[in-house]
Amino acid sequence: MGVDQPLGDNIVTASLDGLVNWARKSSIWPMTFGLACCAIEMMAAGAAKHDLDRFGIIFRASPRQSDCIIIAGTVTKKMLPVIKTVYEQMPEPKWVIAMGACACSGGVFDTYSVVQGIDEALPVDVYVPGCPPRPEALLYGIMKLQEKIGKERNTFGSAIGLGERLEPAA
Amino acid sequence: MSDMAENNRAVIKLREKFASSILDVKEFRGEVTVTVKKEDIVAICNFLKQDQRYNLLTDVTAVDYLGAEPRFMVVYNLYSIPNKDRLRVKAPVADGDCTIDTVCGVWSTANWLEREVYDLMGITFNNHPDLRRILMTDDWVGHPLRKDYPLQGPDREPYKGRLS
Repeated sequence: MGVDQPLGDNIVTASLDGLVNWARKSSIWPMTFGLACCAIEMMAAGAAKHDLDRFGIIFRASPRQSDCIIIAGTVTKKMLPVIKTVYEQMPEPKWVIAMGACACSGGVFDTYSVVQGIDEALPVDVYVPGCPPRPEALLYGIMKLQEKIGKERNTFGSAIGLGERLEPAA
Repeated sequence: MSDMAENNRAVIKLREKFASSILDVKEFRGEVTVTVKKEDIVAICNFLKQDQRYNLLTDVTAVDYLGAEPRFMVVYNLYSIPNKDRLRVKAPVADGDCTIDTVCGVWSTANWLEREVYDLMGITFNNHPDLRRILMTDDWVGHPLRKDYPLQGPDREPYKGRLS
């Protein structure tokens, strides 16, 4: 039928992916965590004019309730262990958005005290360039993350012990 | 040496009391700077606070004149709230004996300010009650604001410009 069927000849599995991915991408709950000026743009994206709530994106004040962390700003080496702890406290599945030049690559802060990109420590799903990125850019990055979540195959099934997780073909 | 510096009330008193410890007096754009020997820094600061009413220590910092001797200059920016008057006191510190006495006993605020100088410049303050790093992590090696500290950290190949 042209549909991936990792659990055998069963039409339900394909729609399980569809259902799970739809639910996940329509209710991304990011961790409330800002590091620098990018956090101001992140707040603007969440406020009335751009209104992240309409995507089901609700900032949570606890990593236990979050499934996404937006690294919004400069990551100093002193802050890195804190970010790692917050990330580890988030339950699976979880995604990382690197927001702005600093989180992507260290930005202009090519110095001893700054981590040269959060991807040295966390698995980044989406990079949003800009210094800082406008709220529209963050919105676009979040929509790219939704696209990516929509392409995941059998992540839910593998989590409950049904078959392997399949990597989508790009 | 301008008249303004010499007519400064605190400078006149310092010249009377600590004549042998004063290395230099300068005035630039209305700011008076007194350079003194580091051995007498506590006595001089005590005098400036108790007798000259410089009751606010605005900042303690240091300058690294790499290549010059003595290498470091510890800088104390003072302010007198009752007299509305500022004074800068400097004390040279050599690289070989990178220490100076603490002025925590004179102004309590010197505690954290001196910790910052210790952390970033590597100058040790004798008799300081709690000389730990304050900005860098506890396990940090080196003192980043020294001129010979590599800007991008000791574990990285230094950036030489995109055209090189």
